[in-house]
Amino acid sequence: MSWPRPGVLGLLAALAGGLAATAAEFGRPASQDEIALWDIDIPPDGTGLPPGSGSVARGLQVFEETCAACHGDRGQGGIADRLVGGQGSLGSAQPVKTVGSFWPYATSLFDYVRRAMPYPAPQTLSDDDTYAVVAYILSLNGIVPGDATLSRSTLPSIRMPNRDGFVPDKEFSVIHNARQSPPRTP
Amino acid sequence: MAAPAAADTLAEVPPRGPGAPLSATSERSGYVHLGRIPESTPGRRPVDPGEAINSKTPLGQLVGTITPADLHYERSHAGVPDIDPALHRLLVHGMATRERVFTMDDIRAMPTTSRIAFLECTGNGWENWKTAPPDVTVQNTHGLVSTSEWTGVPLAYVLDLVGADPAATWMLAEGGDGAAVARSIPLTDEIIAEGMLAHGQNGEPLRPAHGFPLRLFLPGLEGNLNIKWLRRLKFGDRPFMTRWETARYTQLQADGSARQFQLRQEVNSVITAPSGMMQIRPGFNRVTGLAWSGHGRITRVEVSTDGARTWRDAAIAGPALPKAQARFQADWVWDGTPARLVSRATDEKGNLQPDRARFIAQTGTNALFHYNAQQTWAVDAEGRVRNVLA
Repeated sequence: MSWPRPGVLGLLAALAGGLAATAAEFGRPASQDEIALWDIDIPPDGTGLPPGSGSVARGLQVFEETCAACHGDRGQGGIADRLVGGQGSLGSAQPVKTVGSFWPYATSLFDYVRRAMPYPAPQTLSDDDTYAVVAYILSLNGIVPGDATLSRSTLPSIRMPNRDGFVPDKEFSVIHNARQSPPRTP
Repeated sequence: MAAPAAADTLAEVPPRGPGAPLSATSERSGYVHLGRIPESTPGRRPVDPGEAINSKTPLGQLVGTITPADLHYERSHAGVPDIDPALHRLLVHGMATRERVFTMDDIRAMPTTSRIAFLECTGNGWENWKTAPPDVTVQNTHGLVSTSEWTGVPLAYVLDLVGADPAATWMLAEGGDGAAVARSIPLTDEIIAEGMLAHGQNGEPLRPAHGFPLRLFLPGLEGNLNIKWLRRLKFGDRPFMTRWETARYTQLQADGSARQFQLRQEVNSVITAPSGMMQIRPGFNRVTGLAWSGHGRITRVEVSTDGARTWRDAAIAGPALPKAQARFQADWVWDGTPARLVSRATDEKGNLQPDRARFIAQTGTNALFHYNAQQTWAVDAEGRVRNVLA
C-alpha cells in the first residue's frame, strides 16, 4: 500500500536477475496513442469515460433501432437478457436480475454496452449514443428521470439500487503479495 | 459391410489384412462416437447449437484424466473468433514501468512452463440447484470441467518483464472476442506463481475454441477468469468492476445479497460410471469417477452405494496432481435391489465435498454458480441409473 517505488525496483530487478535487460528483446514500447485505442474499461470512479453526452429521448431511438430486437420492447427481455424490473426480488425464490435490480455500477453498464453491444457489431455505437442508451435503460428502471442527459460528469455519481448488494469473498477482499514487501538491502 | 455383432468363437473374429494408408492426422475409430453437447441455461434441453452458450465434455465415455482438446468443454460469450496469430497483439499496460506490445512470436520465444490442471466453468453442476431432471447424463450434469496439459509463459515472468508496480494488486485481463470479456484478477502470491499466458494445450497450439493464439490460465480458479483470445493486461490497485464480475459471475445468496470474487473452484467429485441414463446388471460393477479441487491435490475419495449412509474409500489411480482431475474407482457387487451411488472427495487442505442438504442450507438455491454438492445417482431394481437430488 505505502510502497510504490517502480524506479528503485526496476534497478533492483536489473541487478538481481537481468530480466530488465531481456525486456528490450521482447515486444516494443506501447505508445500512449495506441493504448488509448484499446483502453476501454470504465471503473466505478468513471476514469476513462469519453467526452460527449446522451439523453433518454435519444436513447429510446437508439434502443429501438439497435437493442429491442433482442432485449424486447422497453427492455422487457427477449432472446437476450431482460434489462428492466425485478427490484425487491433478489431474496425471493424467483430472483429477477436486471440492470435495475442487480447491477451495482452505472459505469459498468456504459463499459459493457460500449465494449460488447450491439451483439452483432460491438463497439459501433458513438459515445453520444452509448450515453443515450445507458440513460434510457436507467430511466426505464426509474433510476434517472425521463428528461435526464448523461455525460462523464454525471454518470459516475448515479447510485444504483443494488450498490451495496455485493459481499466480496474473504479470500480476495484485500490483496497482499510478496512483491509489496520492502526489498532486502544487500 | 457391417462387422458381426458378436464374435462368439475366435473363428468369427475377422481375419487380419493390410490396413489404411498413413495420414497426416489420425482420426478416431469409426466405432467410437464421442462428442460434446451444446447446451444453454439449466433446464433448456435440447438446445439448437445456434443458441448454445456452452458445450459439455462427454465425461461418461472418457477414461483416465486428460481430456482430448477437441472434447474439452467450451464456454464463450460471443462465439469463437478466427484470429490470425500474425495480427494478434498483447498490450500490457497500466501500473507498470514498461508498457509494451507483444507479438505471438515474442510470446512463443519467452520461457515457458507446462502443467496438468483442470479447468471448470463456474456454472458446472447448475442443472441440480433446484430440481434434478431424471433424464440427464453425467455429461449434462458435470460436463463443464476438463483437464489438459497447459503450456505458456509464467505470469510472474511477464510482471517482471514490464516492471509491474508493486502497488498493483489487480490485473484486468481482456479477450479478443466480440464481447471483449474482461475480468479483474487479484495478484495474490499464488496467482502470480501459478498463472500463465498459455499458448499450448496437450502438446499443440491452443485450438480456437480454447483461446487461440493466447489465453490466461489460472489453475484452480473459475473458468471465465481464464480469459481466452487474450489481448490486453492492465495493472491497477483495485478491481475494475466489469459486467462479468458484478452482474454475471456473482452468486446470489438466500438473503438477496451476492457473493463477489468467489473465484476458487471448490472440492468436487462425480461418479462417471455407472451414471445417469446408463444401465447396469446385477453382479460385479466397477464404480469410477473424477475428483478435483481448486485448493490442491485430491487426497481421498469415498463412495457410497446406500445413499450416503455408509462410505468406503475408493482407490485413486496414479499420482493425484494438484488442481488436476484425479480418477477414482471402487469395486461393487450389485445385489439387484435399488441403490444410491454417491461420491465425496477430500483435498489436501482438508476440504470435504459437502452433501446437498448442508450445501443448500449454506448457499440457498439461487447462486447459479459454484455448485459442488455431492452427486447422487439412483439405481432402480431394473438397473436403470437416474439423476436424483440426494
